[in-house]
Amino acid sequence: MPSRDEIFEKVKTALVDALGVDDDEVSPSATMVGDLGAESIDFLDIVFRLEKSFGIKIPRGELFPEDVLSSTEYVTNGKVNAAGIAALKTRMPFADLSKFEANPSVQNFANTLTVEDMVRYVQSKLSA
Amino acid sequence: MRWFWIDRFDEFVRGKQATAVKNVSLAEEHMHDHFPGAALMPNSLIVEGMAQTAGLLVADAIDYNRRVVLAKVANAEFHFDAVPGDSIRFHATILDLKPAGSLTRVTSKVDDKLQGEAELFFAHLEPGEGVPKLFEPEELLQWLDQMHIYDVGRDEAGQPLARPDW
Repeated sequence: MPSRDEIFEKVKTALVDALGVDDDEVSPSATMVGDLGAESIDFLDIVFRLEKSFGIKIPRGELFPEDVLSSTEYVTNGKVNAAGIAALKTRMPFADLSKFEANPSVQNFANTLTVEDMVRYVQSKLSA
Repeated sequence: MRWFWIDRFDEFVRGKQATAVKNVSLAEEHMHDHFPGAALMPNSLIVEGMAQTAGLLVADAIDYNRRVVLAKVANAEFHFDAVPGDSIRFHATILDLKPAGSLTRVTSKVDDKLQGEAELFFAHLEPGEGVPKLFEPEELLQWLDQMHIYDVGRDEAGQPLARPDW
């Protein structure tokens, strides 16, 4: 199992290639959408690159739970409800959702995922 | 008028790889101004040729049931200019394919010398996902015939591709 730093370096390479950002922009605390400018199509590109780089399989919706965020069961008046938060926590144990919970508007979710979340996600896949 | 930037396929292996040819000619109108006395094919149009080669390969692999749209061009590099008289060979390989998108790598060569290379990422969109219908079936089939896909195409087992009955 590679170290956390080794994983970070490979995640950084994937993000630099997929998003066309500079090396130094990819810090652990950078948000995928707000800071690095990732759009929805970029997440699929990132999935391809992480799968290849780490030899893992990433099922659709696991890294970015678009189905939860568009579900009427989990979203009430544009905000993710308690059941939705619970679903997100189950689906994304690698992500730090504490900030999002304070203001769980669906629009805010885009600025929740960070580079460090990506690293933790890969760690969880490699240790599974 | 259609935007054709490949002339024909020489190799087409379903779901894997394809090679297409583009003959660069001074008869193409854009060459007259790009540039007067020193005509060359813009690399942006080479990317379009790459995208048509890889895009048809991907569209065939998913049975033409989604709209294959060039979404991203990554790591594109060009090493020299293609000029009238050159015969460009585009070679596309599918690196990864999922229902929602695909990643391909494409090279362009002139006389076996590497002219350009890029990774092309395609989104596969369902009708209603913001892209107008790109082709009528018979028009698409006409293009595939013109490209000789069903003359040279093979599946992974080496068997000829069946021409669809649209």
